Amino acid sequence: MPCERLTKRIIACLDVDAGRVVKGIQFEQLRDAGDPAEMARLHAEAGADEIVLLDITATSGGRKTLIDTVARTARQLFIPFTVGGGIRTLEDAAQVFDAGADKISINSAAIARPELISEIANRFGSQAVIVAVDGKRGENPPQAAEVYVAGGRTSTGREVLQWVREAEKRGAGEILLTSMDRDGTGIGFDCELTAAVSGEISIPVIASGGAGNAEHFVDVFSRGKADAALAASIFHFGTHAIADLKQTLLQAGIPMRWPC
Amino acid sequence: MIAIVDYGAGNISSVKKALEHLGATAEVTSDPQVIAGTEKLVVPGVGHFNRCLPLNRQLRLPLLDSFSSGKPFLGICVGMQWLFEGSTESPETSGAGLFPGECDRFPAGIKCPHVGWNQIDVRKDSRLLRGIESGAFVYYTHSYRAPVGDDTIASTEYGGVFSAAIERDNVFGVQFHPEKSGATGLKILENFCAL
Repeated sequence: MPCERLTKRIIACLDVDAGRVVKGIQFEQLRDAGDPAEMARLHAEAGADEIVLLDITATSGGRKTLIDTVARTARQLFIPFTVGGGIRTLEDAAQVFDAGADKISINSAAIARPELISEIANRFGSQAVIVAVDGKRGENPPQAAEVYVAGGRTSTGREVLQWVREAEKRGAGEILLTSMDRDGTGIGFDCELTAAVSGEISIPVIASGGAGNAEHFVDVFSRGKADAALAASIFHFGTHAIADLKQTLLQAGIPMRWPC
Repeated sequence: MIAIVDYGAGNISSVKKALEHLGATAEVTSDPQVIAGTEKLVVPGVGHFNRCLPLNRQLRLPLLDSFSSGKPFLGICVGMQWLFEGSTESPETSGAGLFPGECDRFPAGIKCPHVGWNQIDVRKDSRLLRGIESGAFVYYTHSYRAPVGDDTIASTEYGGVFSAAIERDNVFGVQFHPEKSGATGLKILENFCAL
C-alpha cells in the first residue's frame, strides 16, 4: 500500500508555567527567551511540523493566563497547534479551542472520566483530541506497562495497551505516549513500548520521553513504528537543530517534510 | 468580505485567523442573508459528514446560488467533500453533487485517519494552486477521501490516490487544511483571496 509519502512528524513541545516557557530553549534571534508565542513561531520557521504547548502551571489563577497565551501563540502560527495541561472538562477544552488551539491533549482527566474523550470528540471532532498516556514498565515487557498519572508518581492500575484501545474506541484521534522510564534521561525513546502501542491501534502514535540525539528519532520511527515524535530538550540547541535532525532522518530513509 | 460558513462543524477560528493574517476581511456566519450577500465563501469543516445537514437545509439555496453566480467558493476538508455527491460516512446525507462521485473511507490495512504532512501532485494549471509545485507538503487530518476526476487539480497518495484539490470555474475545494499547512497553505489562501 503506497503510504510512505505521509511524512513522520517532529513535534516541538513548550512547557509553559504561568505564561512563560520554563525550559531554556536557545534561539539566537530570540528577544524574549520565555515568550511562548515567539518561541512557537520560531520553532515553526525552523521546521517543526507541529507545536504542543503544555501548561504546567500549578496555580489555579494561571488559567486565564493560559488562555491569553494560547490566543497570542495561535495568532502567528499556521501549523497544527495542540494545547495540553489542566483540561478537565468540555468547557475547559472549548475555551482552549476558542482561543485558537487545533487540538487538545488530555491525560489524567481522561483516566478519571473516560467519557470526556467522547464528549470532546463529538463536539470538536476526533482529530482534535489527543489522549496523552504516561506509561511505565521498568524491566517488564510492553504488555505489562502500566498507566501512571501525577507525573509518573501514581499508578492507575490500568494497562497501557488496554487503555489506548479504549481511548481509540471512545474517539481519541491520536495517542501521545510518554515513557516515564525514559522521560528526561536522554538515552532514547522506549521503542518496544511505542511499537506495541502502535500495533494495538489504528490511530497515530506520538512518541515522547527519552530523546537525546538524532539516532533516537531514527530508531523510534523505524523500530518504534511511531507516526510522530515529540521533544523539548533536543531543540534547546538553537535554530539549526530541527533542520539537522530532519536531514539525518531523511538520510536514514524516514520520510520528512523538507524543505519546510 | 469573505464569509466563513459556520454550520456547527468543529473549530473554524483558525481559518478566519489565516485569512485575516493575509489582510482579508472575514466573518464567521450562519446567516443565509449574509452568505447570499458576500463576495466570497469559505465552507470549512472537520468531523463527521452528517454535520453537513445544515448545508442541505437552510443554507442550501444561497450556497447553490453562489455556485451559479460566479462567486468564488472554497470548501475545506468536509466542506470539499460536500461538493461531491455524498459520502459513505453518512449515506443518508447528500452532498451538493457539483462534482461526480462519492467520498469513501481509506482501505483497511493502513493507519486511519490520515494525519500529518503529505505531498501533492499538481495535475493541471489552476488558479487556486498558482505558484504551488508538485511535491509541496500540506497538512491532512481525515478518514474519508474524494475520488480523482476531471476537475482534480492536485492529488495525494495514501492508500491509493485521492483528490487533494478540485477546481471548476469559481468553485474550489481542498481536502487538506491550508490554514495549517504553513507557507504553502497561506499561498493557496492568498490565491483564493486574490480571485
